[in-house]
Amino acid sequence: MSTSPKITVATTWLDGCSGCHMSFLDMDERLIELVQQVDIVYSPLVDTKTLPDHVDVGILEGSISSEDDLEKAHAFRKHCKILVSLGDCAVNGNVPAMRNHFKLADVVNHAYRDTVAVQPQTPTRGVPALLSVVKPIHGVVGVDVFVPGCPPSADAIWYVLSELIAGRTPDPSSVTRFGA
Amino acid sequence: MPPPAKQPNVRVVTLTIDGRDLSAREDETIIEVCRENQIPIPSLCYLEGLSVWGACRLCLVELAGQGRLLAACSTRVTEGMQIQTNTEKLQRYRRTIVELLFAERNHVCSVCVSNGHCELQYMAQKCGVDHVRVPYRQASYPVDSSHEMFRLDHDRCILCTRCVRVCDEIEGAHTWDVMGRGTECRVITDMAQPWGESDTCTSCGKCVQVCPTGALVKQGTSVGEMVKDQHFLPILARRRHAQ
Ligand code: SF4
Ligand code: SF4
Ligand code: SF4
Repeated sequence: MSTSPKITVATTWLDGCSGCHMSFLDMDERLIELVQQVDIVYSPLVDTKTLPDHVDVGILEGSISSEDDLEKAHAFRKHCKILVSLGDCAVNGNVPAMRNHFKLADVVNHAYRDTVAVQPQTPTRGVPALLSVVKPIHGVVGVDVFVPGCPPSADAIWYVLSELIAGRTPDPSSVTRFGA
Repeated sequence: MPPPAKQPNVRVVTLTIDGRDLSAREDETIIEVCRENQIPIPSLCYLEGLSVWGACRLCLVELAGQGRLLAACSTRVTEGMQIQTNTEKLQRYRRTIVELLFAERNHVCSVCVSNGHCELQYMAQKCGVDHVRVPYRQASYPVDSSHEMFRLDHDRCILCTRCVRVCDEIEGAHTWDVMGRGTECRVITDMAQPWGESDTCTSCGKCVQVCPTGALVKQGTSVGEMVKDQHFLPILARRRHAQ
């Protein structure tokens, strides 16, 4: 095992499709190289249930759409030294924010009542309350690195992580763009 | 207004652009001289072959001795000009302009038919716009799908008026116009009627080809097919003005 100090990384998804995490996994064999250098201390991809107090790099996928998203974003900001906004939903709201053009009640009714044939009902138990306006991550907490793309390619994520591991500030515009 | 025909006997002026000594005809604009000399200047409303509009302000340049920034598309060269095209200040302004365009209407590139073939999207990447620092306006804009061949999505329109100018100056139909002020401003067909009911539109498709974004597209085209061809424009423009 390598003895060089590893940086700690936490990731989570908010209102997104998890495609950015899938793109992360698309790094394929480079993941092996990556685990020599980083410890994933919290993520939907690992089993840890609580976010550690001090994390080097936090990665957020998805936009702020519910009370739960809001809480997670604040927790990540509080505990992570560098916060990365990963993917278009995180960076600009993208598809989840398309509901901003309608009243929240109309959106919920359309999804759970108007277009449902059997047992139309609005879920209230065990689900976080939705916010009326969907916002990008930096709409609620400060973000250090923005990586647009839907999803950003595995190469783009690899580049950003490699730069961060090396202690440099990445320039994501050189490798990805909105809608990439 | 069509671009004025070049005069046969104009003087030549000398100037420097980014420290390079250049000469140019005195009836040329800064952007024309830059393009001839492979000096990149970003622009969205400017398009060779159409009249100058000067609206997007992306082609701003710095002129020595002038506190004010100048639009390269609408400023003619003069003797001894010293121009800078890519200073830190210009980069900052251009970045802000692009961000404001994204914040004004609704650009969801991932579900846009022009994704990957869009001048605004490309400009954002080139100017280093990896996020938008101002809040999105989130105003709703309509889509006009009434034309049997084309579609207009106001959400993607940046009001560059290329469509207005090409339809008037090259096709000669003058179907397009601009209506309203500020955030209410939008392009219209005829007297703000649905495009499909237009008496003047010849369905030539020139407006669709010159539109820099996904605002004007061909109906039923998939993302991969939505490549725009603007090569026809300078050729047609030259032929028109030669008549
Ligand atoms: S018009 Fe261009 S910038 Fe706007 S959503 Fe479509 S691809 Fe993105
Ligand atoms: S299709 Fe041709 S005639 Fe019709 S609006 Fe566009 S440019 Fe004008
Ligand atoms: S429809 Fe296209 S060409 Fe016309 S003003 Fe809007 S962005 Fe420009």
